[in-house]
Amino acid sequence: MALSQADVLAGIKEIVEEVAGIPAASIELDKNFTDDLEVDSLSMVEVVVACEERFGVKIPDEKVTELATVGDAVNFIVNAAA
Amino acid sequence: MSQRRVVVTGLGATTPLGADVATTWKALLAGQSGVRLLTEDWRELLPVHFAARVATEPTDQMERVEMRRLDRSEQFALIASREAWKDAGSPDDIDKERLGVVVASGIGGVITLLDQFVNLNEKGARGVSPHTVPMLMPNGPAANVGLELQAKAGVHTPVSACASGAEAIGYAYEMIKNNRADIIVTGGVEAAIHQLPMAGFAAMKALSTRNDNPAAASRPYDVDRDGFVLGEGGGILILEEYESAKARGAKIYCEVGGQGLTSDGYHIAAPDPEGSGVQRAIKFALANSGLSTKDIVHLNAHATSTPAGDVAEANALRKALGKDADHVAVSATKSMTGHLLGGAGAIESVFIVKALQERLAPPTINIENLDPAVTVDVVRDTPRALPAGDIAALNDSFGFGGHNVVLAFKSL
Repeated sequence: MALSQADVLAGIKEIVEEVAGIPAASIELDKNFTDDLEVDSLSMVEVVVACEERFGVKIPDEKVTELATVGDAVNFIVNAAA
Repeated sequence: MSQRRVVVTGLGATTPLGADVATTWKALLAGQSGVRLLTEDWRELLPVHFAARVATEPTDQMERVEMRRLDRSEQFALIASREAWKDAGSPDDIDKERLGVVVASGIGGVITLLDQFVNLNEKGARGVSPHTVPMLMPNGPAANVGLELQAKAGVHTPVSACASGAEAIGYAYEMIKNNRADIIVTGGVEAAIHQLPMAGFAAMKALSTRNDNPAAASRPYDVDRDGFVLGEGGGILILEEYESAKARGAKIYCEVGGQGLTSDGYHIAAPDPEGSGVQRAIKFALANSGLSTKDIVHLNAHATSTPAGDVAEANALRKALGKDADHVAVSATKSMTGHLLGGAGAIESVFIVKALQERLAPPTINIENLDPAVTVDVVRDTPRALPAGDIAALNDSFGFGGHNVVLAFKSL
């Protein structure tokens, strides 16, 4: 099932707010998970697992380290679901 | 170097009687019970339908996001530590390499462990939280407090079942005494109100089954006592080296005189009926503190409301204190708080510090008929005034495994 970039971004905003307590309004495509949103390595695992469940995609562990920004994650998920 | 002395400069607690020390102490003096029927459906699986849950849920004292990566025991540790640190005047500018943390738990993050096992079975390995290990490790409460305060002198977690909280305070005392640190956040917490640990304690016949009257179930020294009531929460004390506490103008509650530690070598769970380990621990605590039996005016007993334990302890107290037991006001506060396991020795030390400060021994409730085998002077129903002048008090705690810990506190 194809997912739109806007849908995935909205979903990630909700997940990051739930996991890390970052207000959804401050989560944008260019934000770095670690440096800007202070999502630590353990919370990043939670974000990844929640994204897999929500979007029905598989995010391999070796790809996770490449997802530096919210935009990286959105693009990966949109492509994986396509 | 002259002898380093150790004083108490801050207190914190979250207990079945209140969300902080002031509320808890007030309820304790009023003789209120914190024991209630459980509301969870799983209680029907058990012969015991009640426990002593904290009076205020952590959700009222912490942010949601912080809570979700902390076991309940860790939440209690942070809540009580924040209160204690503030009570000590928030000494944030102290040298962090001289700041330590010693916080115990009897069982650790058992609720996390069991919840995540459910996740594993329902969702597979991917469903297990990455926070599982930091939440279930028994040193998690100490580690989280240490992280928050950036403590660098050492973070420790002694484990000795229901003596853990007292052992932590003794360990903290030694750290300051031995010049490893100048200030320590110490105490104990427990969060084990869950069907599995309760079923385990029930299988040992250790828990009261007075389901028709939970508030009357914890009744140390009463002839009809039938077991302990599981409680949750924790207590934290700030211990500080006397001279540095004075130098920063800290409010000083009292002095930690010393401790006595022994083991029974008798049975994994049953108390030694001779109580020789308890007697030796009391003697060591007195000697370690430079006190004699004449100085002791108050004792917060372990007294969990089990048929065997209460009398074995009372006999040991009488033997260790001799005739001087006649002027020791013995309080069994588990009659109100329930038994906080690894948190017990810590909240009871908080109560001793308050008792010395206000010169009031808290009551023991639910004694309808005092067991005639109990030959110590039990404070019943209402608080009792303690004498003026220099006074001292003891807190004894025992744990499955035969651990005996006695802490001595002195007025200052």
